[in-house]
Amino acid sequence: MSEAALAAPPGLAAPPRGGHAVFWGGAALLAVALIAALRLLHNDYAWFAGYFILQYVVLASAWNLLGGYAGYVNFGAAGFMAAGAYTTIVLRKALGLDLLPCIAAAACVSGLLGLGMGWLTLRLRGVYFAIATLSLAVVLHTIIVNWDYVGGSRGAYVVPSRDTAPFVTHGEYVFVVMLVLAVLAVGIARMVEKSRLGLGLAAIRDDERAAEAAGVPTLRLKLIATTLSGALMGVAGAPLPHYSAYLNPEAAFSLAYGVNAIAMPLIGGAGTWAGPVIGALLLGTLQQAATVMISSALNLLVVGCVLVAFVALAPHGIIGLFRGARR
Amino acid sequence: MTEPLLRASGVGKRFGGFVALAEIDLDLQNGERLGLIGPNGSGKSTFVNCLGGVFPSHDGSIAFAGHALHGLAPHRRARLGLARTFQLPRPFAGMTVLENVTVPLLYTGTPNAAEATARAYACLEQVDLAPRARLLPRQLSQVELRRLELARAIALNPSLLIADEAMAGLSHSEVDQILALLFRLNAAGTAVIMIEHVMRAVTEFSERLVVFVAGRKIADGTPRDVLAMPEVEEAYLGTRAAA
Repeated sequence: MSEAALAAPPGLAAPPRGGHAVFWGGAALLAVALIAALRLLHNDYAWFAGYFILQYVVLASAWNLLGGYAGYVNFGAAGFMAAGAYTTIVLRKALGLDLLPCIAAAACVSGLLGLGMGWLTLRLRGVYFAIATLSLAVVLHTIIVNWDYVGGSRGAYVVPSRDTAPFVTHGEYVFVVMLVLAVLAVGIARMVEKSRLGLGLAAIRDDERAAEAAGVPTLRLKLIATTLSGALMGVAGAPLPHYSAYLNPEAAFSLAYGVNAIAMPLIGGAGTWAGPVIGALLLGTLQQAATVMISSALNLLVVGCVLVAFVALAPHGIIGLFRGARR
Repeated sequence: MTEPLLRASGVGKRFGGFVALAEIDLDLQNGERLGLIGPNGSGKSTFVNCLGGVFPSHDGSIAFAGHALHGLAPHRRARLGLARTFQLPRPFAGMTVLENVTVPLLYTGTPNAAEATARAYACLEQVDLAPRARLLPRQLSQVELRRLELARAIALNPSLLIADEAMAGLSHSEVDQILALLFRLNAAGTAVIMIEHVMRAVTEFSERLVVFVAGRKIADGTPRDVLAMPEVEEAYLGTRAAA
């Protein structure tokens, strides 16, 4: 191939890889502005509502790494989230560790869980893979219910630390922690999307056999995706015991986590880093509004109605609507 | 005698009790143009899938460019320079034409995105698809999809290209376009195995013809000699009585 042939073709740029500094800078500014705005509100509920929505930003972005980019639907998101939450409980009880080291440990535990799940199940495709991931959540739930050390079915209490300086309240502390985690999760998803890994995962989603024939190491990429996705789901769950001060298996393995993890990226636009963020902000806010104004029992009804509407009217989500309008 | 680029020895494949392929021996030299024909169900695609690694387990052995292929994943075979196209085009539907060709480059020795994009564009120019680089595969015609398959294969810088029915469903002039591309690629040193039902294309392109029937190789020689063999005529083209 001649050097002339390698010259940049007219009107065609390299795949967009830049803009990372702008993203991180913008995200940091937005985060600081959000904290400042919520401080002005002087309302502890605002911190908890914000935490609730941001945990779904992390969870949905994590699910999207495997489900959105590679097309492998994970029905076991609640299992990974619970693995992160119970890692916190175990480390708190055994070693008295604070939240931050527990988050790092939860990422390792859930990442290894994701790697193991991938190793065992990634030769399965479609609905078989989805059922296998659901089974993993059921197995984990059974283990936790029968594990007395973490409270079994009775649940476990985590007494929040009184020293939360420089944060004014415990609510602000867990909110800021989750805000940082959300920015990190979205940033990681964005980097994956714009990288060689992202293009490889997209090739797997579109046609796995053709991807293999094109030199893409499909199994290795899928294992990276399950590990990364699992780790971030665990990270989403790690602060949960500190948020609620009490955790039982019913809450940790809640159906809401499994459903929202799938619904939010689909509604926002799966396979894009912004889609899960939009979906989580939209559905998370709607669910909080429903909880406050009507009943918390209506949360999943809201999710179901919005999901049905989007599947029927905008199968590629909100991002897909915008892209469709541009073309 | 130089070491062949491809050596298949006693290759066989069963699906339960059904023997799809049996005792296939085949050597292919560097830069050779081989036509592989046979009626539907004769084992041509099964053989290609054994070569490409879709079926990791089979009887016999296959060596390519001095490497035993047994147990080697499809992507590793692609990196060795063994490229294939599919009977039905299998583009990456969510990517542009340019990104489709960038994928093999990024994963086979051109990890730099800008360089991979430039090389992908050059591959598209080779198959006359450069003006369509920004389109999605669904916006391409059938012959353009075939050219995209070829561009993705060319991006692997292959020493062997297996074109699996690359001309199926194309018009006379479109067949000529694909033939011209394959000749160009072969002239640059790439060996080509053409699996095809379009006999005009096979006879025009191939310097050697192999015939499979019911999973067995029944003929191997020049197109003229092979097509004159009574058993080939009977098995592949039909008996004179039937005609």
